[in-house]
Order: sequence, then C-alpha cells, then structure tokens
Amino acid sequence: MDFSYSKTEQLFLQMIRSFAENEVKPLAAEVDEQERFPLETVEKMGKLGIMGIPVPKQYGGAGGTVQMYIMAVEELSRVCATTGVVLSAHTSLCMAPILEHGTEEQKMKYLPKLASGEWIGAFGLTEPNAGTDAAMQQTTAVDAGDKWILNGSKIFITNASYANVFIVMAMTDKSKGTKGISAFIVERGMPGFSIGKKELKMGIRGSATCELIFENCEVPKENLLGAEGKGFGIAMKTLDGGRIGIASQALGIAQGAMDETVKYTKERKQFGRAIAKFQNTQFQMADLKTKVEAARLLVRSAAWKKDNGIPYSADAAMAKLFAAETAMEVTTKAVQFHGGYGYTREYPVERMMRDAKITEIYEGTSEVQRMVIAGHLFK
Amino acid sequence: MNIIVCVKQVPDTTEIKIDPVKGTLIRDGVPSIMNPDDKGGLELALRLKDSCGANVTVISMGPPQADVMLREALAMGADRAILLSDRKFAGADTLATSYALSGLCRTLDYDIIIAGRQAIDGDTAQVGPELAEHLGLPQITYVADAKLLENGNLLVHKENEDSVQVLEVEGKCLLTVLASAFDARYMSVSGIMEAYNKEVEVLGADKIDVEEGKLGLAGSPTKVFRSFPKAMKEPGEVHEVTPEEAVELIVNKLKEKHII
Repeated sequence: MDFSYSKTEQLFLQMIRSFAENEVKPLAAEVDEQERFPLETVEKMGKLGIMGIPVPKQYGGAGGTVQMYIMAVEELSRVCATTGVVLSAHTSLCMAPILEHGTEEQKMKYLPKLASGEWIGAFGLTEPNAGTDAAMQQTTAVDAGDKWILNGSKIFITNASYANVFIVMAMTDKSKGTKGISAFIVERGMPGFSIGKKELKMGIRGSATCELIFENCEVPKENLLGAEGKGFGIAMKTLDGGRIGIASQALGIAQGAMDETVKYTKERKQFGRAIAKFQNTQFQMADLKTKVEAARLLVRSAAWKKDNGIPYSADAAMAKLFAAETAMEVTTKAVQFHGGYGYTREYPVERMMRDAKITEIYEGTSEVQRMVIAGHLFK
Repeated sequence: MNIIVCVKQVPDTTEIKIDPVKGTLIRDGVPSIMNPDDKGGLELALRLKDSCGANVTVISMGPPQADVMLREALAMGADRAILLSDRKFAGADTLATSYALSGLCRTLDYDIIIAGRQAIDGDTAQVGPELAEHLGLPQITYVADAKLLENGNLLVHKENEDSVQVLEVEGKCLLTVLASAFDARYMSVSGIMEAYNKEVEVLGADKIDVEEGKLGLAGSPTKVFRSFPKAMKEPGEVHEVTPEEAVELIVNKLKEKHII
C-alpha cells in the first residue's frame, strides 16, 4: 500500500494550499458575517481549473483525479467551509451525474461551461416532505410530447441562487414508487422555473441555500438525464460520490480547527505557562489528532476506490459519518480550548463549530450513513 | 520571441533558523521554494507570452531536487525547463554560477533573459548582472514593468529608490526583476496534470559552452568567511517635544544607559 501523494498530487497540494491561504482565508469571516456568496473566489477557481478537476479534458476539465478534487475541498474548507461546499456541490452533485449518466450531447453541452466555472452547478432532491425519506418525491414531471412539464418545489438547495444548471429529481410515474422517479437537467431561465426564499443558516452562511420552484416548468425532452424511471438510482449514486466531498469538507473544518487550536494553546498563557504545556491539553489534542488522521485515511480510501472503479458506497458513508462527527467534536473542543475568546467572532473556531454541524446533516444525515453502512453489512 | 528565465530553488527563509555555533543555515526540514524574485521574473515572461506568444524556457543550476521547482514553472506555463546539475558546479560562488549559466545560454536561442533581482538565501543580487556581462548584453536591473512595443523593442520601467526610469531597449537584453512588481500566477490544474509529462532536461558541464577550470569551487574567488544572525534592534520611541525638552530627554536617556 502506498499512502504517499504522487508527485502530481504534491504539486497540486502546494498550489491549492497556497490558493486557500492567500485567496480564500482572508474572505472567510466576511463571507460568513455578511452571508455573502464568494463569487469572486469561484471566478478565480474557474480560471485555475479548480471548478473542473475530475472532469476529463475532452469535456473541458483538468483531467485530474477524485483524490485531487477532495484534496481541494479539504484545503478550501480548512479555511472556509462555505467555499468548500460550493465546490463540492458543483462537482459531486452536478457535474458527476452528467458525466456518469449523461448522453454525449449533454456532456458536450454542459460540462465545458461547468468545468470552466462559467456556470455553477446544483442538485435538487430534497423536498419539504422528502428529506431522509427521499423516495417521497412530490415534484412531478409530465410528458407533454416535445417537452416535460415539471411542477413542485425543492428545498435547501446549495448554490441555488448562483447556479445555472440543476440536476432535479421528479416523479414521472407515481404508481411505480422509486422506479417512477426520473432525473432532469434544468437550466436557469427555463420557463416556469424560479428560485424561492433563501435560508438563514447557522453555518456555511456564505453558501446560497434556497428553494427551487417549478410552476409548469418546461424542460426540453432531451434534458432527461439517464433513462426514464432511473432517477432514484442516479440520485443515490450521486449522493455516494457527494459524501466523499462532504467528508472532505468535514475533514478540512476539523483540520482548520486543529491548526487554530495548536497555535492558540502555544500562545495563550495561564498559571504562568502556555496552556499547550498542560497534560490535559496535550492528551485531548492527541486524541483529536488521531481522529482527524483516521478520518483522512477513510476519506482518501473512499476517493481511491472511486478513482479505481471499485464500489465505494459503504466507504463513502463511513468516511462521511466519521469525518462529520470528528469535525463536530474537534470544533467543539477547539472552542473550549479557546475559552471565552473561542465563543467570540474574534477567533475562527466559533465559525468552524457552526460550520461543522451541517456535515452531520446534509447529503445524508449521520443516521442515514449508519443505515447505508448497516445495509452493506447485513445484505 | 524566445525568453530565458533564470530560477533558483531556495530554502523558505521565513521558516529558517541559523545555527548559532556554526553560523550556517539550518536547512533540515525547511521547505524549498522557487526564489520569489525569480518567480516574479517568470511571471513577467509569462505575461509577455500571453500578450505576444513568446516561448519561455526556465533554466536553473542546482542539485537534482530542483526538479520539483522546474515542474512548478512548467505548471505555471513555461514551455521548457533545463537544469544544470553536475558535481563540477558544486561550491560555485556568484561568478562561477553566472559563468555556468552563460555557457548554457550560449547554446540556446534567446531574445530576452530574465532573472530575479536577488535570491533570498544569498541576497547578493550579482548573478543576473554577471550573466549579462559574460554574454555581453545590455542589462536593466530592478525592473517593475516591461512591455513589447510594436517596433519590437522593449519598454522597461526600472524602479530606483526614489524614482522610476522608463527605458526603451533594442535587441537582446537581460532584465532583473522585483517580486513585488509581479504578483505571480498560481499553477493551473491542467498545467499541474501536464508538468510531469514534460521533460526537465538535466545537463552536465560537458553539454554547455564553458571551460571547466572556471566552474564550481575552482572558479570561485569568493570565500564566505563567516555568517551570523544580526542582533535584533529594540524598537525606537517617538516623542513629540520642543527642542529644549528634547535635549533634556536625550541627556537623561544617555545618563540612564551610563553613556555620559
């Protein structure tokens, strides 16, 4: 087994870390405070090819690996979890299903603009009554000859108000249950499609999380993604991949909180010495560091399997479950180590703790991850 | 247009310490980076490439580990990378280094040579100007901007301490560049994907136009006698007082320190 990064990955890490430190970190507090989508960062990422890392060159991507993509999500999230999830939703939830299930025409039409960052991608599955129970889709799509007519709404959609392309699930045949769900590529500006209210959130406050509204929305016939009735499978497979991205986001948040806490506890003096010198600090930090590294191995292993065409559904669920719970634990303890200062916005651990919580909820709650893992265990 | 850019791999001096006994740099565990002024030079070359389609060759002299820095240059957009690496170059001072680089440049087609103003490890600022002398080229140092004119000449801004000189240069020349004037681009992801598919040409002394006796330690008249960290000066104090009060203040300070 080779755990080292390849030479190409090392070069990539050097670039993405420097980009995160110099371009993303300085905006993180402002993006959170003002609940502002970091559009200027997305434009810079587009120019450098970060918005299309694992997309093959023939579709305008960089031709990189999933491993490199998750390194990017980790490094961005280490300094700004909002920027991390913008990239993750765009890559895993929009470009990946087009790449994996799209026709050649769909790939040629959408991927080059998405991979260059000219367009931003999003994914619509969740509805008010279809969260963890995603099969309870109420949004419908009716075959109207030369087009599909969509009606219904989606909620909690990451990137929504800035996205140009949405992968949307809708019922094409209610009588067939999950086998009656189909996937569609919906473009901003299609008649009858609008963006609803923006959520005010606890964390990742810069990411634009909104409602999608379909009122007799007309979607061209050729925008059906995959075969009719295969939408639920496409959604589940997309979420498998997405979980590696969110696991990396959680890992990045945890690592960022570790970095801040190591720095702070070395500087902060109480009882005449740095609090890093106390064994309580050292032992707790040693435990946290061990968990962060374990999470990193799970995340990298899941990405390695995806890169090599090996089934990774359970691996992605384990990586997300463990990384998300680690992020919550590390950030909560990081605030505790910072004491009163940690509870203020003067230090980034306050934001990191708020940002960490969502990783236990979206793209499948921790409970869903346990269902997926147990499903593989007892099949 | 063909542009040669000289780059050097240096320890990241923001993370370096000096051995208090030996007076030498402790390089263990210190990351190596592309010298910042050289990176600025590469950025200028790449901007000229963007605006008028130049061919950019990065050259360096150093141990085989410098390969990674040249890959970075390729990932930023350089077209070709050459590393001079040979035991015969070891122990070179600035004169022997610039001489070896001139031997390589004589084997290449070029219109402009760009070097960084100085390296953050040696801080001599000599290699660029010496290279120009070896090759008999006009040189402009401390360059903060350079553009290609329609007549094929270069319009160059040279930054002096308190002024800027605007110069037009005709024909081949060498420029030394300030990092602060050229915010270097990041490597692109597609550049990174290609960087290890390209070749970094590694050349020994026998492949360039030089006399061996002028290389390495043998060709180096400079010997470093000793280096040591400078003692940190205490921060100064600012007092806004009348001249009479100033006299009293200074006299008291001098008495305090037992100087008078």
